[in-house]
Amino acid sequence: MSHATIPVHAFDAAHPRRREIALEDLEGGLARWRLAWALARSDITHRYRGSILGPLWLTLSTAIMLGAMGFLYAKLFRIDVSAYLPWLTVSLIVWNTLNQTITDATGCLTGAEGVIRQMPLPYTVHALRVVMRNAIIAAHNLPLVAVIFYIFGVAPHWTAFLAIPGFVLMAVCGFASSIFLGMICARFRDIPPIVGSLMQVAFFVSAVIWKPDMLGWWEPYLPINPVFALMEAIRAPIMGTTGGIVVWIAAFFWTAILTAISWAFFVRFRGRIAFWV
Amino acid sequence: MAGIEAAELAIEFPLYHHNARSLKQRILASSGLRLKKDEDNRIVVAALRDLTFTIGRGERVALVGPNGAGKTTLLRTIAGVYEPVAGRLRVEGAIGSLIDPAAGMDALLTGRENVILRALFRGMTEAQGRALAEEVAGFAGLGDFLDMPIRGYSAGMNVRLAFAMATAMTPDILLMDEWFLAGDADFMKKAEERLTRLVTGAEILMIATHDMGVVRKWCTRAIRLEGGRILADGPVEQVLAEAGL
Repeated sequence: MSHATIPVHAFDAAHPRRREIALEDLEGGLARWRLAWALARSDITHRYRGSILGPLWLTLSTAIMLGAMGFLYAKLFRIDVSAYLPWLTVSLIVWNTLNQTITDATGCLTGAEGVIRQMPLPYTVHALRVVMRNAIIAAHNLPLVAVIFYIFGVAPHWTAFLAIPGFVLMAVCGFASSIFLGMICARFRDIPPIVGSLMQVAFFVSAVIWKPDMLGWWEPYLPINPVFALMEAIRAPIMGTTGGIVVWIAAFFWTAILTAISWAFFVRFRGRIAFWV
Repeated sequence: MAGIEAAELAIEFPLYHHNARSLKQRILASSGLRLKKDEDNRIVVAALRDLTFTIGRGERVALVGPNGAGKTTLLRTIAGVYEPVAGRLRVEGAIGSLIDPAAGMDALLTGRENVILRALFRGMTEAQGRALAEEVAGFAGLGDFLDMPIRGYSAGMNVRLAFAMATAMTPDILLMDEWFLAGDADFMKKAEERLTRLVTGAEILMIATHDMGVVRKWCTRAIRLEGGRILADGPVEQVLAEAGL
């Protein structure tokens, strides 16, 4: 025989071994990171195919948004632009990443229907693709932070390194929610618009355009909102503070909850995905 | 050793995203043959029912039967796409699947890039994919078209590329749906040679087709499906004669 080890694929409906199969899926999905990366990259290049600026549009459209909102809201909130705009830049980029990840998560399995129904592939590859695609988009936007910081003379602080675990937490959440939302959105087609409206609400209640300290004595309660906790774990370090222990505990707590729910759901219903999409 | 073993295998498709109530009244009342309710009171189509068979090394199996008999569903189940609701399935060997030539292809990428992408799908590295592309290029005979986006390909060229990709990875088990018959005569000859070589290497071929010429020429065994059940299973001539084909 030409093959040293022959792959065996066995399934017994009486003993489904769901946990092992889900674990194999996770391992196989992570092992195929090259595929997820290639697909994520082609998602971006296809979107800007034939355009002159190409993926630079990602940077440019964020810059336009920041220019418009930065000056307007600085005026509305009566804050100095040089104090508001650097903060808004970080805030909006982190928010856009989170928002886009959640939006992509809702369609990550239904969008891959063609592949899912035709060939066996770990489903976690599709979740990894969502995370990587949004990491690429974030990487296009982050240089704006450097530009704005330079223009307004904001010096980077050592706490900026704390943003790295913040990004890791967001990536884990993005991965977990892609699995969870990807599955329930495949089964119940009303979920994506519901998620869309919830994210609109989240934009206004999660201190994206207003600063947390404007809330006065309500401020300590903000980490109850998972969106705020996850955002603040990235934004505060870049802005030169640690964010406080409560924010970090909340960010870890929400990540753990989301991961646990997603995993339980994935183990139980993984076998049904091909019938749902 | 390559082998496929199925025991009392069943697949049911739930009918989601339909108006279940009107559907129930309309269809359950009239035919009701394959539609039934599962334990959660959902309407499901019994796509495969109670399939038991064993396929050993070197066998070339034809799946025959009318449209909707469950041929493609069976191929997909063996490939590992669908998880059975009942029964057991054991598949030993690396699977090459030629069920849908367009699956996992990116129309905007060139033929070569698609071969590399397919290699990534199979868990290989990019370097392995590039090596594979050379091999595929030799067999597919696409010439300069290999470096053109595949959305400019004809149906036959797509088939050549897909077939070359699936067989270049030397699968132990090759699953084919009948679309590959779109290749021209010259290609079909090459394809037959390659399949013969593949199968004599103790591998398994499973092919779903309506073309009895292909069945007689390429296969050693036929399984006739209808309504998701096996009606007959045996040597090609015997099964076809019984069915009057």
